[in-house]
Amino acid sequence: MSATVAVAKMEPAWVLPSKGRVAMFCLIVGESAIFTIFVVAYIYNIGKSLYGPTPQVLSVPVFNTVCLLSSSLTIVLAEKAIEHGKIKRFALWWALTFVLGAIFLIGTGIEWHKLIYEDGLTISSNLFGTTYYSLVGLHASHVVVGLIALSTVLLFTLTGHVRREHAERLQVLALYWHFVDGVWVVVFTVVYIVGR
Amino acid sequence: MADSAYPISGPLERAPERWSQAAVLEWLNSWFVTVDHKKLGLLYMAYSIFFLLVAGAEAVVIRIQLIQPNMHVVSPQVFNRLFTMHGTTMVFLFGMTYIFGFANYMIPLMIGARDMAFPRLNAFSFWMTCFGGLLLYYSFIGGGGLYGDGNAPDVTWWAYAPLTERAFTRGHSIDYWALTLIITGFGTIGAAINVISTALCMRCKGMTLMRLPLFVWLSMVASGMALVTITPLTAAQIMLLIDRYLGGHFFDTQAGGSAIVWAHFFWIFGHPEVYVLVIPAWAIANEIIPVFSRKAMFGYPAMVAASVGVAFISLTVWAHHMFTIGMTSVGNAFFVLSTMIVGIPTGIKIFNWLATMWGGKIRFATPMLFCTAFVFQFLLAGLTGIMLSVAPWNWQLHNSYFVIAHFHYILVGAIAFNIFAAIYYWYPKVTGRLMSETLGKWHFWLFFIGFHLTFDIMHIPGLMGMPRSIYTYEANRGWGTLNLIVSIGGLIQAIAVLIFAVNLIRSYFKGEVAGNDPWDAWTLEWETPSPPPPYNFAKDPVVTSARPLWDIKHPDDPDWKYE
Repeated sequence: MSATVAVAKMEPAWVLPSKGRVAMFCLIVGESAIFTIFVVAYIYNIGKSLYGPTPQVLSVPVFNTVCLLSSSLTIVLAEKAIEHGKIKRFALWWALTFVLGAIFLIGTGIEWHKLIYEDGLTISSNLFGTTYYSLVGLHASHVVVGLIALSTVLLFTLTGHVRREHAERLQVLALYWHFVDGVWVVVFTVVYIVGR
Repeated sequence: MADSAYPISGPLERAPERWSQAAVLEWLNSWFVTVDHKKLGLLYMAYSIFFLLVAGAEAVVIRIQLIQPNMHVVSPQVFNRLFTMHGTTMVFLFGMTYIFGFANYMIPLMIGARDMAFPRLNAFSFWMTCFGGLLLYYSFIGGGGLYGDGNAPDVTWWAYAPLTERAFTRGHSIDYWALTLIITGFGTIGAAINVISTALCMRCKGMTLMRLPLFVWLSMVASGMALVTITPLTAAQIMLLIDRYLGGHFFDTQAGGSAIVWAHFFWIFGHPEVYVLVIPAWAIANEIIPVFSRKAMFGYPAMVAASVGVAFISLTVWAHHMFTIGMTSVGNAFFVLSTMIVGIPTGIKIFNWLATMWGGKIRFATPMLFCTAFVFQFLLAGLTGIMLSVAPWNWQLHNSYFVIAHFHYILVGAIAFNIFAAIYYWYPKVTGRLMSETLGKWHFWLFFIGFHLTFDIMHIPGLMGMPRSIYTYEANRGWGTLNLIVSIGGLIQAIAVLIFAVNLIRSYFKGEVAGNDPWDAWTLEWETPSPPPPYNFAKDPVVTSARPLWDIKHPDDPDWKYE
């Protein structure tokens, strides 16, 4: 008995980090650098517009933000469900995540429609427009990518292809979604609180 | 019954072995659809050597234009395109791809894995990069656009705004340039993610992080840096395209934008980029110098720590490219000091290599010759770097040929030398045949003499005030003879590279058969046959020390006893 313990101590199991997680963390590091540059460009250019609409035309998108941030919570619940092999519960939470993300995107669309047609703010109208649309648009494009990934998984779930052993892959994907949500906190703070 | 089981009686005849059209197509197909890390590594290397030759030819034309005062070998417009394409090609199409060529080929072999962590991402990254390179050179054809205004980017490789704005550069040449950098950037990010994931997650049993070959460690550091340096460039290129195509105002000073912001964003990428390129060169030296000095690497942990240190410090030094643009004195002082601090970890490395050679039984085979030259040239390049980091000195010499000489000392004297060393060192592993030592020595000595003629002398016209990127100069400046010597050195280097190319091709057919381990080396890649089979290792290796092959060769005195 004691001999086995000694052997186990001498040769610990050879465990390596999950390659999916490592890769996703690397991608997040790289993406963070892109966002950093756009955020710096936004902050640097606050109040530098020489003409055209000012950030006062913005209204704080509280509902959108609540939807997007709570989607981080629902995806965690989905992760927990798939870990325990509860596919139906997983599908429910995952679908809810998708819906919340979609609401955020539609909300952004409505916000931009108002800015373009009522306030006359486009990407080319002035420096504020350029920085605003590019930063919020960069984030929105990441939401779009996330939604495509979420809906793909949803499709596979509804056709019965997602099983318990896919939990780790889904958690890797969820990391990306958490990142998209986390970046929104930064973008929201910079655009709607600091910059307004 | 058994006889009539097959419709053909007698032994089956093999199809004659010849290069039928189908066989050629199949062979080509195997390279296009491959996800094998060795094939992709070779594709990366072939791609990088191809663009080394292209950009080298551009450099030769530049040097011929500058060989004497008032020369008109090419027109000024063509000259501007040449140095822009030379810089862009060397950095993005040659430099960034050689890293991933060696990393792809060597890392799985060195860590005892069968492939990279994400083989398909690997293929995707290569083909993105490849497409980017083609796009850049397509600008010679398509760059004119509807306006017929210039056919290739001619705005220098840093492409300062507002020169790149639509008002000043019409046509599509800048668009091709920006798209190229975005697309090759995606390729780079994919490859970097792959390298890090492979090095961390695919190690064979016993290969702890402190037993990882230094090549793998440093490739991982360089890839980590690539993740945070290429991405700001991608962001800046997106902004440039927004300005050019959507009427944005990021760099449009007339609408309140700032051209200086471009300079900052570019150099936030541009300076760490130098380290992304040079860290793999150090990685190569870390493998070759110990093997040819017959000693274990001196100060393994110090080397790792210094590399990680350089990676972090180099992210804080970018504005030393911008002293002449004008900053506050606090800003100047910060960037002077942070730049000088980089000298500490790099100094540690030089002592590591010297101490490894010290007291060793050095074999001066061609790889070691290149690496030895590298150590001293790298030191000199570092010293002129410290000189240029001093803001007042920099005000005097910024954008002069002194700066050109300094960074070519790194890019050629350190990086190109080590790439040559690496090719001589690993060629037998890849092809199964050694490269010719005679031609190798000719290559080394000619390249060495040419390099020093060119880049030692080039410092002097810089000190005398010759600015970079000028088309030609007047006879009374006193730069004529110096430029003549510089150009002659350039031509000698070109001849040396041609000898290298001949050696590369000739040795493939006529080289001495190498066997598994021609250099008596210690890392795992030398355990496999040369060339390695597609699966790399028949049995997953188990490692007990940082020099697994030493342990196998010297069971009486294994390394793990001293760990």
